[in-house]
Formats: sequence, C-alpha cells, structure tokens
Amino acid sequence: MQPSLSNYLLVGAVLFVCGVICMATKRNGIGVLMGVELVLNGANINFVAFSKFTALGLDGQVFSLFVIVLAAAEAAVALAIALNFYNNHLTIDVDRGNKLKG
Amino acid sequence: MVGETLRNYLMIAWLLPLAGFVVEIFFGFYSKNPRHSKAAAWCAVGCIGAGFLCSCAALVTWGNANDWCALEHHDSHGEHADAGHETAGHEHGEHAAGDHHVAEPAHNAAAAGEDHGHEHAVAAASGDAADHDDHASGSQQTTYSGVLYTLGKFGSLELSLDYYIDSLTLVMFTMVTLIATCIHLFAMGYMSEELTDEYVDHQAHTSDGKHVHRPGRFYRFFAFLSLFCFAMLGLVLAGNIFQVFIFWELVGICSFLLIGFYTERKSASNAANKAFIMNRVGDFGFLIGLMVLWTFFGTFRFGDTTNAEGVVAEQGLFSMVHRDEATGNFLTEPITGDVLITDNHGHALQQDGQNRSIPYYLLVVAGLGVFAGCVGKSAQFPLQTWLPDAMEGPTPVSALVHSATMVAAGVYLTGRFFPMFVQEVLLTIAYIGCITLFVAATIAVVATDIKKVLAYSTISQLGYMMLGLGVFGWGAGLFHLITHAFFKSLMFLCSGSVIHGCHHEQEMPKMGGLLKKMPITAITMLVGVCAIAGFPMLFGLHFSGFHSKDAIVASALAFMKANPSHFLLFFIPLLTAGITAFYMFRLWFYTFWGTPRDHHVHEHAHESPWIMTVPLLILAPLAWLCAYGGESGPLYLMLTGDAPSHLANGVAAATEGGLVMPGHEAVHAVHIQAGLLALAAAFSGALIAYILYGTNLVNVEQMKNQLSGIHGFLANKWHFDDLYDALFMKPAHKVAAFCAWFDKTVFDSILHGSAKLVVLVSQWDRIFDEKVVDGFVNLLGTSTQSVGRSFKVVQTGRLRQYVMFIVLGVVALFAVVFTTFPG
Repeated sequence: MQPSLSNYLLVGAVLFVCGVICMATKRNGIGVLMGVELVLNGANINFVAFSKFTALGLDGQVFSLFVIVLAAAEAAVALAIALNFYNNHLTIDVDRGNKLKG
Repeated sequence: MVGETLRNYLMIAWLLPLAGFVVEIFFGFYSKNPRHSKAAAWCAVGCIGAGFLCSCAALVTWGNANDWCALEHHDSHGEHADAGHETAGHEHGEHAAGDHHVAEPAHNAAAAGEDHGHEHAVAAASGDAADHDDHASGSQQTTYSGVLYTLGKFGSLELSLDYYIDSLTLVMFTMVTLIATCIHLFAMGYMSEELTDEYVDHQAHTSDGKHVHRPGRFYRFFAFLSLFCFAMLGLVLAGNIFQVFIFWELVGICSFLLIGFYTERKSASNAANKAFIMNRVGDFGFLIGLMVLWTFFGTFRFGDTTNAEGVVAEQGLFSMVHRDEATGNFLTEPITGDVLITDNHGHALQQDGQNRSIPYYLLVVAGLGVFAGCVGKSAQFPLQTWLPDAMEGPTPVSALVHSATMVAAGVYLTGRFFPMFVQEVLLTIAYIGCITLFVAATIAVVATDIKKVLAYSTISQLGYMMLGLGVFGWGAGLFHLITHAFFKSLMFLCSGSVIHGCHHEQEMPKMGGLLKKMPITAITMLVGVCAIAGFPMLFGLHFSGFHSKDAIVASALAFMKANPSHFLLFFIPLLTAGITAFYMFRLWFYTFWGTPRDHHVHEHAHESPWIMTVPLLILAPLAWLCAYGGESGPLYLMLTGDAPSHLANGVAAATEGGLVMPGHEAVHAVHIQAGLLALAAAFSGALIAYILYGTNLVNVEQMKNQLSGIHGFLANKWHFDDLYDALFMKPAHKVAAFCAWFDKTVFDSILHGSAKLVVLVSQWDRIFDEKVVDGFVNLLGTSTQSVGRSFKVVQTGRLRQYVMFIVLGVVALFAVVFTTFPG
C-alpha cells in the first residue's frame, strides 16, 4: 500500500511539534538547537511530500536542499554563539542569557 | 587757426589753476613741513600769473587776427560823439590815435588795455574795416566757439564742455587773472599768520570758553583760491549755458569753502551756509530757465558749431532767435505771437511742416530764470543779504569774491545771455538793479565795520551794473563790471592791509588818523575811493569809475527820456551816486583822517609788508586808469567789440506797450547832461562826507541820536534779515514745531499703539504656542514613550518564552486563517 500525502504530512507535523516542544522546554542551548533541526526537517518533509504529490516538479526537493544547507550554516553560527556564551557564563543555560531584556 | 590758438591759450590759463589746486592740496598734505612752507602760495601765484600771461597773449592774438577792428570801427563812432564831449572834461580828442602807448612803466605788462592802445594806432593806419557797420559778425570773424570735450549724449541732449570766445571773454579773462594774481600776492602776506603748527583763533571759542587752537591752514587757503580761479575762468570760457551752470555751482562751493575758512567761528560757518543757501534759491530759477531753453531750443550752446568745412553744423542759442530790424523785438508768429526759432538768416525753422516757435511768456520765464541765478550770485535784491555776511571770510577772499569772481559771475552771465532777454526781462533787471543799488548804498552809510561798508558798496555797484544792462546799456554795465573789479579789489586789499596793520580791528570808530602810520595803504585807498565815487581828472586823466558810472547814468537818462514812465530808473541811480561818494569818503575820513579815536589800536598800527603793498601799488594805477579814454578808450571798445548787434541803432518806435530802446546816438546825446548831474551828486556827497567826518564842524554822534529812527532802520539793513526771519525762518520754525508736535502726538501714538497691539498679540500667541502647540507635541512624545514602555514588558530576554510566543502566534495565525477561509 502506497502511503498517501496525509501520512507524510502527519509525520512532518509530529516532527514539527516535537521540535517546538523541544525548543520550548530545553534549557540547554544545544537542546534548543536540536529542536530547531527537528522543526526544519519537519518542514522539509512537507516540501518533499508536496513536491511528490502535486505538479510542482522538483521545486520542493530543491527548496528542502536549500533548507538543509541553511540549517547547517545556522547550526555552525549557533554553535559558535553557544561556545562564546559558555566562555562568558561557564554554562549554556539559555535562561541565564537574559541580557537582551528590554 | 586763430580760434585754435585762442582756445589753447585760454585753456592753459583756465586749467593751470586746477593743476595748481591739485598740487597745492596734495603737496600741502604730504609734504614734510606743510604748515611752515610758502611753496603752496608761490605755486598758486605762478599758476594764476602764467594764466594772466596766456590771457594777454590770447587778447593780442585775437586783436591781431581781426586787425583790431573792434577798436577801429567803434572809434569812428566814439570820435563822432566826442565832438560834443570836449566840454565835459573828456579829452580823448587829443589822444585820438597814438598816445596810448605812453604806458606806465609800473604796469605796462599788466594793463591789458595798453597793448591794444598801441596796436590800435597800427590798425588805424591800415584804415581797414572802417566801413563796417556795428555788427560784430561783419566780414571779420571775432567770435570763436567749438567743443572741447563731450561729456555725454542722452538721447538728443548732448552735454559737452564748449568754449565761446569773444571780446567779452577775453577781457574778462585778463581782468580775472590779473586781479587774482594781485590778490594771491597780497594773501601771501595777509595769511602768513597761518604759517604755524598752532594757530590761535581769538574769535573762536571752545565750549569751555578758551580760544580755539588749531594747525595753520596756509596751503589749504591757497588751494581753495586756485580752485576758485579755475571755476571762475571756466565759467567765463564756457560755451554753453549748462557748462556755465556747472562752473556756477563750482564757484558757489568755492565761496562756501572760503567764506567758512575760519570754520571754528560760528559766525563764519553760518555766513558760509547763508551764502550757499541764498545762492541755491537763485539757482532754482536758473534750472527752470535751463529746462525751458532746452525744451524749446534743444541745445545749450551759445554759438554755432561748424564742421570741418566751416559750414554751420548745429545752431547755437544766439542764432536761433532773430530780431526785427525796425522794432528790435524778436521775430514772431503773426497769429499766435510766439517767438519764431530761426536759422542763421532769420528764416523760421520748420518742424513737421510747422514753424518752430517758443511761446513768448516762456521766453520771459527762461530769461527771468537765468536772471534769478544772477540775482543770487550777484547779491541783488531780494537775495542780497548773504554778501555782507560773507565778510566773515579772510579779506583776500572778500576781495576776490567781490571783484573778479563770484559776484562778477552774475553780471557776466546777464551780459553773456543778453541776446536772449526780452523787454520785460530787461525791465525787471533794471528795476531789481535800481532797488538794490539804493538799498545797499543807504545801508553802507551807517555801517561801521570797514569791510561791511565795502560789501554794501559792492552790492550797490552790482546794482548799477544790472541797471546798466537793464536799460539797454550793455557796454556800460559790463564796462562798470571791469572798472569796479579793479577799484573794488584795490579797496578790499587796502582794507585788508588796514585790518592786518591794526591787528584784526575792523571797526572804523576805533581807527582814525592812520594816514601817517600807513601812507601807502591810505593813498591807494584814496585812489580807489575817488574811482568808485566817479571823480574826474587827476593829472588830466579821469578815474575809471567816472567813465563807467557816467556811461550807466547816461544810458539810464537816455532810457528815461525814451520811456518817461520809468523816471525812477534815472533819478535813483543819480541820487545814489551822491550817496556812494558820501559813504566812501566817510570810510576814508573815518579810517585815515583826523585824530586817533582808539590810542591802543593807533599805537600798534603799522604799514603792511611789501608783499601786501606791492599789489596795492599795482592795482591803484589800474583802478585809476583802466578805463582810459572812456567810451572811446581801448577797454570799452575792446569790451564791446562783440556787443549784441541790435543795441547800436536803438528803436525809435516801440511796439504797443513795449519799451523804446535808445540807440548809441541817443545815449551820446545826453552824455554831458548825465555826466554833469552825476558829477554834481558825487561832489556834493564827498563834500558832505568831508564836513561830517573830515572836520569837526558837526558833531556826528549828536546827529546820529537826532536821527536815531532812520539810523536804526538803516543799521538793521532795512530789516531785511528780520523780514526774511519773519517771512521764512519763523514760518519754517512754526511748521517744524507743528511737524514735531504732529510727529510726537499723532505718529508716535499710532506707533506706540501698534507696538502695544503687537505686544498683546504676541503675548496671546505665546500662550497658544506654549499650551496648544507645545502640549500637542509633548503629548505625542509622552504617549509614544508610554506605549514603548508598556511594550517593554514583553521583551523578557527569555529565549524559551519567545519560542512560546512564536508557537502561540503560529497557532493563532492558523486559527485565524482557518476560521476566515473555512473552505
């Protein structure tokens, strides 16, 4: 039996929700980054699924490839921030980083 | 050729004083020791002296060019008249031809008249030109005119510096330069007190009552004198009436500078202002005259302008009106009575097919306007009051102003412009002169300041000149101008010598008995006094005033005989001739005769140095003899060489309501009668003066008290100053006071009210600004701030909270999207 579009979307949605919950609950900066990856990949699944089931052609795949590249770049920058944060605070607990408070 | 030579000579004579002025004022300013150097004075004397030589050369050139025909053809006329003259004491019968070159060695270079006396004999031998009629524009050209420099062209109006040279110009040039040279020399001695770094002016006080101390202004004085001469010579040489006006004003400003030379003295600066302002009144009329002339004639030039071929290119004023041979009046349009503007041959000029013409009354206006300028400049009634006040200047200035330059300018212009005057204007001139000569002479009788007496006598003599011109005695009036210039400059210099010798004492009652102390001054003064009184015969030669005054009185008598209704024009001058002799001899007896009245003054009096007496000794023979030969002598003939041609024959039959113009014949016919009457008047005047002031027969003080009413009236100058004070000054003050009041009450209250209103409005405006505008802006600011502050709470800096917001936002977005587009 071939999986339908809704199955893909369901997987994507589960991934997205997991990522969001991870971001919202983890106090560890690395954990937050992981949640971000999950959110992005959930979106990737949606792009690919729509690409497969509609007449969009390869656009969705190309888009998801860009997202992956962007995610990698984002992870690199975010890890650099995390490293510097750690150097300054000896922790990567995001709740401690409240210097941006208005 | 001759014209160019003449022009060059006169231009040198004219421009040298200007160069002198520039050198003196700058040299004086920049030189190391300006306050002690006489260089400026020598420069001034050199310039004007060289000018005199040039003038003489020009005179000789002019005479040679026309074979002295001016002397010639008139002479026949003169001799003709002489036949009846022998008995009157004239003796040119025996001097008819060759005796004039028995020139006085002392001044043969100076006396212009002598030269032609000699030349005249030569011309007589050639017999040339004897058959010419009296028209100066006969076959010989005697008038030269042309353009020196074009100042500018404005539409059809061309302003240029022109020259107009005729016998009058030449005689005036010679006279002015000669007298000015003498005055410059005299001034060198008179002004020597100024050769100091600290001159103490005893008549000027500072506010704390001390005498004014100031640097000497010797060089400046001579610079001004030079400028004055330049202006006067420019006026005489001027070839158009506008140029005359330019130099007219220049003469005015120079007199202003010189009268106010002792500028620290209040009286001097007031006198300078008065002279200047009085002249402005006359100049206003002059300007109106100029406007009328230009509007109708379109040119200011006197003479015709010729092009290279000698053809008339542009007509001058004098050739644009023609007189009818029979009536002596201008040619007029038969119907309208307007005066025709004609070409050189008396044919009316055409414009748009019509004869060009000028309304008769406007010609009268033009003439009166020009004459108004002359009234101001020559101090005629009613503008005569500035001249006595002008005595505040240094005495050499008075001499120059009163003889050769300033006041002569008015008479000169009246003479120069004579061809354009119509009968009515001439009659006005005659009456103005008549009033002036009488008023001034009576005031002179009671004046005690030696210079004031001379000042009033100047006004009076100027009145004679104007009268002479007004009664068609063109030659007589200008003859008197020249002779008067000589004897009046002499007398002023003498009075200067007296004042210098008496240490600046000018009041005659403090003098007396100065004859022994100052013999040269006294004798030369006596010569001047005899000349102005019109005495005949000294060593067989008549005084100049005798001839010239005779000529005027004769003209007046002839005029009266022709026009009996104007009898005053003869009797008043006749009476005044006696008054003249009286006050002049009074001056002389008062000053030099009798016993000293103030011993302090008398003891310190001394004769002046040679530099001051030499000019007296030069001028005295000239004052005595310059009119040698009277109306057949060289000076008169030279002067009248280019007399307006319509005067000679006279007009027997006047037009309706017009004047009868006596010709030369008529004047000569009454010459003896007039001369005898004038002589009798002069002798009786002099005799009375001798009895009153030369002897002790009559107590003058007592007499003065008995006649205190009339004495006061005369001593107050006929109350002219009071009259002008009441007529002009008081109303002016009243008007000014009213204006001040109006200004203070009305204008100021309007201004203050509006200022208050503005303050009120601005106060209200301030409130509006502060409350409404500022409040609104502040409200905007504070509300923005508070909104921002309230949003600040949201930005907690907690990362996880932000994620929660994102999530909630996404959910809310979805909810909105799905509820809005349920499909």
